[in-house]
Amino acid sequence: MGSALRDKAAIVGVGQTEFAKQLPGTEIELALRAITMALDDAGIPVTDVDGLASYTMEDTEEVDIARNLGTGPITWFGQVGYGGGAGCGVVGNAAMAVASGQCDVAVAWRSRKRGGRASRPWAGVGSKVYGYQQWTRPFGLLRPVDEIAMLARRYMHEYGMTREQLACVALTQRRFANNNPGAMMHEKALTLDDYLAARWISEPLCLFDNCLESDGAGAVVICSTDRAKDLDRQPVLVHAFAQSIPPQLQTMTNYFCDDPLRGPSWECAERLWRNADLGPEDVDVAQIYDAFSPLVPLSLEGYRFCGRGEGKDFISDGSIGPGGSLPVNTSGAGMSEAYVHGFNLIVEGVRQLRDESPNQVDNARTCLVTSGEGVPTSALLLRR
Amino acid sequence: MADDSFLLPGTDEYSTDFWAGFADDKLLLQTCSSCGSARYPTRPMCPDCRSLDYHWQEASGRATIWSFVVAHPPVLPAYAEFAPYNVVVVELEDFPGIRMVGNLVAAADAPINSVDPHGISIGEPVEIVFSPVSEDLTFPRWRRSSP
Ligand SMILES: [Zn+2]
Repeated sequence: MGSALRDKAAIVGVGQTEFAKQLPGTEIELALRAITMALDDAGIPVTDVDGLASYTMEDTEEVDIARNLGTGPITWFGQVGYGGGAGCGVVGNAAMAVASGQCDVAVAWRSRKRGGRASRPWAGVGSKVYGYQQWTRPFGLLRPVDEIAMLARRYMHEYGMTREQLACVALTQRRFANNNPGAMMHEKALTLDDYLAARWISEPLCLFDNCLESDGAGAVVICSTDRAKDLDRQPVLVHAFAQSIPPQLQTMTNYFCDDPLRGPSWECAERLWRNADLGPEDVDVAQIYDAFSPLVPLSLEGYRFCGRGEGKDFISDGSIGPGGSLPVNTSGAGMSEAYVHGFNLIVEGVRQLRDESPNQVDNARTCLVTSGEGVPTSALLLRR
Repeated sequence: MADDSFLLPGTDEYSTDFWAGFADDKLLLQTCSSCGSARYPTRPMCPDCRSLDYHWQEASGRATIWSFVVAHPPVLPAYAEFAPYNVVVVELEDFPGIRMVGNLVAAADAPINSVDPHGISIGEPVEIVFSPVSEDLTFPRWRRSSP
């Protein structure tokens, strides 16, 4: 048996601003533009919106979004924490709120400017570090990339992943982005030689193993599947949704549990597949959270597209590319389209199931979207 | 100037004794007084038996390297002068499964870039050394075990 949520709510509209290193306008302007685009796309009047879902790291607050949009009464609102782990959780919670009758039309959004207060939380540190950071940052493990590089090195040691294999994540996604006019890297080719010659950031990870730094916003509109049938657009159903905090997880620096390479994806997948009528073999296309390239093979293993230690082969044997068995990150995603805490992966998942992707997978019926591996995470199994 | 010093641990009620131990050349592990299980990072409750009572026991300080990175700029100014430098995760020999983050150094008073980072390998045996960073704070660091 699946959960009561299964196929009860649908994503019926998406909106996305342009992406760039620096955009004019404030974060709230970007958010409002993305949300109104999504509502226009859905064909739903703003006065019908009564649910608001966002990230705890979101700087634009529900009251301000509601006052600016001119919504009617908001009867449900909620946030999900942990940055890149939140995205699918934000949309999944909105779907639950709709399916359980707490609201009728929910909007989920993420707006991000690099100059924004909470956009680069690691950069704003003082001379003392508190909480979990006290165990790592004093020793110079300063940035998110350092924290993931530690897991990547261990993975390379245990399973023999080479840099050439890992490079396939960046190279494949860049090829997709080169075909996506909305991607920040649309015009910029990337070769294996470029990758191997790039400067190190935190060995074993180089510049191209990192996501972009982007300004931009995205939004989606969620309503009941029943209501969605009366709208013009192809509804994209939330077939299953899951979140996970596995035992003894520590955010980003997940080195202290029994098995650090078995990250939050594994337990999230456990719940996701249990709640679904479908399995990994039924997924046509996937958007896998990619703040750093090693998260892609780790997540592919966690969601059971391959066995433990086989993610390195899956990313490098053509499976994730155009025409592969599971095209992954078909917009270019965080590393080549834009990095907005994974929200653009959700938008691209919807585009694929509406036949609107710049890298459309033929007859895509099912798309997995995941949020950050290495932090409390979430995933959506979408279908049409 | 804060910008020019290493980041310091903002200790809390459960970690103060852990950090203070290094000034006495001791690696102290928070240990459940009810079931005896050691835990790290420190926290109020034993996740094995839910006891809030704990004491501190000394670990040998022998460990092996579990993983490492070599950090390159851009990093905070205090660290930039040493970049590229290593950061390691070690696993304690006498408490398997307990891992700690630190730096591999040539000696207690040597900087965090004192070891060639490309000579580091996972599984190498190391031992703790105690490196004062200010009048009232000593950092644990790690050096290769003497044969
Ligand atoms: Zn206990």
